[in-house]
Amino acid sequence: MWRTCLRLRDEGRRLLNGPRRGLIASVRPAPNPPTQARAYAPPTERKRFYQNVGITQGEGGFEINLDHRKLKTPQAKLFTVPSEALAIAVATEWDSQQDTIKFYTMHLTTLCNTSLDNPTQRNKDQLIRAALKFLDTDTVCYRVEEPQTLVELQKNEWDPIIEWAKERYGVEIGSSTSITGPSVPARTREVLTSHLASYNMWALQGIEFVVTQLKSMVLTLGLIDLRLSVEQAVLLSRLEEEYQIQKWGNIEWAHDYELQELRARTAAGALFVHLCSESSTVRHRLLQE
Amino acid sequence: MAALGSPARTLRGLLRELRYMNAATGRPYRETAAYRYLVNSFRAHRVTSEKLCRAQHELHFQAATYLCLLRSIREHVALHQEFHGKGERSVEESAGLVGLKLPHQPGGKGWEP
Repeated sequence: MWRTCLRLRDEGRRLLNGPRRGLIASVRPAPNPPTQARAYAPPTERKRFYQNVGITQGEGGFEINLDHRKLKTPQAKLFTVPSEALAIAVATEWDSQQDTIKFYTMHLTTLCNTSLDNPTQRNKDQLIRAALKFLDTDTVCYRVEEPQTLVELQKNEWDPIIEWAKERYGVEIGSSTSITGPSVPARTREVLTSHLASYNMWALQGIEFVVTQLKSMVLTLGLIDLRLSVEQAVLLSRLEEEYQIQKWGNIEWAHDYELQELRARTAAGALFVHLCSESSTVRHRLLQE
Repeated sequence: MAALGSPARTLRGLLRELRYMNAATGRPYRETAAYRYLVNSFRAHRVTSEKLCRAQHELHFQAATYLCLLRSIREHVALHQEFHGKGERSVEESAGLVGLKLPHQPGGKGWEP
């Protein structure tokens, strides 16, 4: 059924793009439809075609070698990353693939590819705006009115992190129970925009990725500023779901599956931000005689 | 500051994940670049004073984040292989997921031809 949906969508797109053939010909399927590969659905797994994974330091940064071939991005650029730790983490990702390469588990590689290729062609301002858009509908600012236990849970768990963010950035962040959400003052937006502008493009890609995972700007800031660990941030992001699990029971193939995926994605994003934004200055402690 | 526990515990967790990863390929995990990098950076940032050191905390935070990444990916893949990505389940399997069993009648149900 899923396949039919995709095929239908494909037909629809062809209609939108303007019929190349006659309208009737495009609606009625050809007697022997050619099996064409779908460009927008890359294979999720492929055979592991290499034995050894290595790292070399090139001009633009660190490169990954699969046997004797250099790793490339989907747009055929050379894969280079700015930090050694990130290169090692990416190489470990490739090396840990067993018989098949599971691209859906290689979050750091994906993030590097996105930063290198920038497939959506966004600049820094657009990235910041996309991340800050989540502040209007921030998870921790939306509160429920009933049941009472959940109201108290949200108050106890979410208020401290909002207080921390207010103090840390000197801004006003309110919470609301209405469907329209809290109104965010213009000054808050300005302060956070200028704060995010201090990060480089790579780190911003990572920040936007984390924000879209956690659906919360406040939690992301807590994660980037080392206030929350990944596990805590994910727990706070899924607070209502955790409450419902407590009440109705846990389903391994839905709840645990999503939890682990969210944790993996969030951890990858946070690590990516930290590794890309740090300046590697090594200060040796002077020995006191 | 997020509480992370002791750094030694984090390092042990990371080494365990590296072992899991390399168990499949059969190579010793101590020869991987990740092992060398982790052990070296943990050694380099070991400080003896009890004062809170920002750089050390930062490194420990990154290590804990990486541990969370490796562990979650491993568990996610295990769940994925167990429950997803194998196409449609049979009726028996679907019933078994929610703790039910299909009725079984030794002599047939009576309406078959």
